[in-house]
Amino acid sequence: MALRMTTGQVSTKMAKTKAHAAAKLGSKKSAKTPTRKLPLPKELLLQMHSLMLKSRVLEERLIKIYKVGESFFWIGAPGEEAWGVPLGLLIKKGQGPQCDYLHLHYRATPTLIAMGMPMIDSIRLMMNRATDPSTGGRNFSNHYCFPQWNVTPVSSPIEVQYLTAIGTAHVQRRSKTDSLTVVTGGDAGTAEGDFASCLIWSSRPKAELPILITVQNNTWGISTSYKEQHGEENIADRGKAFGMRTRVINGNDPIETYIALQEEMAYIRKNRKPVLLEAKVSRLYGHSSATGATLIKEEPCCLENFENLLFKNDVLKEKDAKALRAQFEEEARLAQEQARTEPVPTAESVWEDYFANGENGDWRKF
Amino acid sequence: MANMAQAIRMALHYGEENLNVKDIFGQDVGAPLGGVFTATQGLKTSWNTPLDERGIIGMATGIAMTGERCVAEIQFCDYIFNTMDLLKIAGNTNWVSKGNYTMPMVVMTPVGAGIRGSVYHSHSFDSWATRLPGWKVVMPSTPLEAYGLLLSAIEDPNPVLFLKPKALLRVKGDELIPGEPGDEKELKNRIDAPIGERTNWKPKWPKLEPYMVPIGKARMVREGEHVTVVTWGRHVTVAAKAASELEQNGISTEVIDLRSMYPYDWSAIRDSVRKTRRVLFVNEDTEVTNFAEHLSYRVTQELFYELDAAPRVMAGKNLPGIGLHPNLEDASVPQFHEIKSAIEELAHEKP
Repeated sequence: MALRMTTGQVSTKMAKTKAHAAAKLGSKKSAKTPTRKLPLPKELLLQMHSLMLKSRVLEERLIKIYKVGESFFWIGAPGEEAWGVPLGLLIKKGQGPQCDYLHLHYRATPTLIAMGMPMIDSIRLMMNRATDPSTGGRNFSNHYCFPQWNVTPVSSPIEVQYLTAIGTAHVQRRSKTDSLTVVTGGDAGTAEGDFASCLIWSSRPKAELPILITVQNNTWGISTSYKEQHGEENIADRGKAFGMRTRVINGNDPIETYIALQEEMAYIRKNRKPVLLEAKVSRLYGHSSATGATLIKEEPCCLENFENLLFKNDVLKEKDAKALRAQFEEEARLAQEQARTEPVPTAESVWEDYFANGENGDWRKF
Repeated sequence: MANMAQAIRMALHYGEENLNVKDIFGQDVGAPLGGVFTATQGLKTSWNTPLDERGIIGMATGIAMTGERCVAEIQFCDYIFNTMDLLKIAGNTNWVSKGNYTMPMVVMTPVGAGIRGSVYHSHSFDSWATRLPGWKVVMPSTPLEAYGLLLSAIEDPNPVLFLKPKALLRVKGDELIPGEPGDEKELKNRIDAPIGERTNWKPKWPKLEPYMVPIGKARMVREGEHVTVVTWGRHVTVAAKAASELEQNGISTEVIDLRSMYPYDWSAIRDSVRKTRRVLFVNEDTEVTNFAEHLSYRVTQELFYELDAAPRVMAGKNLPGIGLHPNLEDASVPQFHEIKSAIEELAHEKP
């Protein structure tokens, strides 16, 4: 099964987010000082907040681009920032088996923002520009590909990444490295056989893989509720049958997520064994533009909750958060303006990269 | 002379030693069996997988994403169908990523009837395979061709489907593979695993030499003047035999082994059809939307006014399966006498 590009209700109103306050990074002195109540250094908390906010603002811009008719389809990650940003920060970033591989699904903007993706590269993808570094204007939003960071191409089928991931993890297993493979996916995709295959291949006796198998459980598969279709309380429980270390976390809490990911990734790097980790997350704007892409206020907002926590603990001031939001909104607006001026793919380019190294794949020219 | 299974084995060994192949895997591919057709015996990088075709293709795709070279096997093509969307992903990855991820992977799988394999060991995959854009698709017809095509497939930076005509896997060739001992028994003693206990057995590989069959180039099996037959896999030998017999009746038949279905050697087909003005395409995949229909269409479009007879496609009957009884199998896929008759009819067809 793949993501469905269905015809659905499309709201003409841009969803209003609540007022976010501005923030700036703490001083070097305060950065090294853990807050009294929060278990992570202030610098890291502010960094995570900044990246979460940047990712949210970017996704809001992508939705605007769709709603004003400058793109055909939107799918993305608002609501998964508390999960995706810590993941991106903990990645051993680079190219080749000595670095971590990422087999992501189509809600990965927070992870990519945390890894350093410029906003404009996401907007180029959204607006199908020839300058889009991921696909050259060939694929949907959030279908990222960054070989320089081992980010393998995101594809619309919701389960296949669980199988390509075992291949990169296999190569890392026989390399002298502490690197690992990360695979992400939604709860609905775990109903596919590929998820079970991933558990089996990752836990073969004497051939266990250094892989972090993750599920972002937002309890929805487009319009179908998880509770209607799944009898298991936690998806992560399935890993227990394979003798696999498992963990369920609140993926709306960036602090819990960061600590859990840090521990599990350290375990994999050292022990070269798999972990199945399930993060319970929100889906703030529905499945995609096909279901309206409007804010669902009943879902917990990880960004709002995190900001309130930081305000309460004097880590962040509201005016600083507001200023930071304004800064990101301006960056996103300018990126869209820039992308508008950039070339789109030409009709003649459809045959490009059919085969590697420019080899012709058009039978008319055989 | 080596049979095709031995030739494939030797090519894989050459690939391990010289072409950076680090993984050869699939169901029963590793020790102790070394493949149900023995094509992977004694290889140092071969290993057994779970019985999970989707996992096998996913594993190969992921390995290729790291840039490493691997050869995966689906034990029979009859069991490859549940991997279709993974094959599509392997085929579209280079294209959709604008060349960011090349996919140097080989998937080999036995195809076709001819061994009384019944409903689920007789499928063909040729035409299905040509509907997987981004893949190269090849099928050898002799052991030497198998050796050369497999080395080219391993070296290729694209995903390559190496279709093994299962009825030919035990058939010996009449040309030595470069480095193959001239004595057949010596080859067998060196590289065939003993029957039964083989825990401590190790092959003594001959010093093999490279031999590349370029992908996309057809092979002229025999030249002729009156009719062209374009075929591949096990029907190359059958068509050549029919051509040989028809020579005695004054019918001169040109036989082309296409070897590579995608990309394919259009110039070889075009030049031959321009000469003979009559063409028959033969293969055993099912006849409706058969790949040969594409070739026949192209002949009709580009060479219509140079033809003396309507192009013909002889393929497997459009049946849900190949029945086990010989009467059923023989009625389902092209047979020698049918090919011979079709050539004869084409030769005598009046415009």
